Amino acid sequence: MSSDEKLKLFEVFVRSKRGLDHKHVGSLHAEDAEQALEYARDCYTRRSEGVSLWVVNSSDIVASQEEDAESFYDPMDDKPYRHATHYQLPDAVNNM
Amino acid sequence: MSQPLIDYCIAQGDDALIFGQRMTEWCYSAPFLEEDLALANVALDLIGRAQMFYDYAAELADDGRSADDIAFLRDARSYTNLLINELPRGDFAFSMARFLIVDTFNVLYLEQLVNSADERIAAIAAKAIKESRYHLRRSSDWVIRLGDGTEESHEKMQKGLEEVWGYHKELFIATAGERELIANNIAVDRESLYSQWSDQIDAVLKEATLSRPEDGWKVVGGREGIHTEHLGHMLSEMQYLQRSYPGVEW
Repeated sequence: MSSDEKLKLFEVFVRSKRGLDHKHVGSLHAEDAEQALEYARDCYTRRSEGVSLWVVNSSDIVASQEEDAESFYDPMDDKPYRHATHYQLPDAVNNM
Repeated sequence: MSQPLIDYCIAQGDDALIFGQRMTEWCYSAPFLEEDLALANVALDLIGRAQMFYDYAAELADDGRSADDIAFLRDARSYTNLLINELPRGDFAFSMARFLIVDTFNVLYLEQLVNSADERIAAIAAKAIKESRYHLRRSSDWVIRLGDGTEESHEKMQKGLEEVWGYHKELFIATAGERELIANNIAVDRESLYSQWSDQIDAVLKEATLSRPEDGWKVVGGREGIHTEHLGHMLSEMQYLQRSYPGVEW
């Protein structure tokens, strides 16, 4: 069986500790979601890396494209007022 | 009760070591990368389990032998593993049929062994049961997947099951020494687990659309050191380094 032809690709997300977010750690091949979860356990948590796992069909991920970078991200570069650091705080405000 | 307990620990260790060593033969040969890693994990769980039993046996015996000596300096005739553990690797379906039979048994056995009157044995069982539950999840999953898969996978799964079936009887035979330990609530009465085991196997086989093989034949003898011709070959490879360079460390 060639894994590229028959098996589906899944993205793996691991939560390393309670309270933290799941982080993308890599991908793997599996027949279905349940098997993907088992392989995620075997491939990505064998050194105690995780307390929770998500697997997602790679084909279900919608990704932004490199050629859209200009229209997606450049417009934000000249809008410093969207950052809190842009504002002078009144002396009365000690912490923010 | 010391000698039966030592023998028992070594037998439990032998079962785990020989099965684990056999399953490491899938390394680099599994059907695909993810399964390769998963199988190696299972094999390593079993080898780790052997080490815990051997360590305890070595402490009880207190004859200067270490866990490594027990593993690497005994001949086939002194090994007391059940035969199902030493059979050649076979194809993937055969391996999964064997895993299903052993994992189903191990989960039932360890679930009771955690209540052993011997604290050390209970602690080993408490660690091992978690691993075995996962092993069983994997092997049932594969047997169902292949049995209820394509015509070819169904045929191979049925064939693998037929080939290993006669070796399951031995799982339910206790030795005389073991009976002593059972009477003292140290070991588990393996014979009493048969009907539960049988029901659970039937449930998986049904879902896998496989038929349960006939009980016409059985092979036993592992606990007495009477082995198939396959064990000696495996040991010669496994023990090669310690035999050629006694005491070598790394």
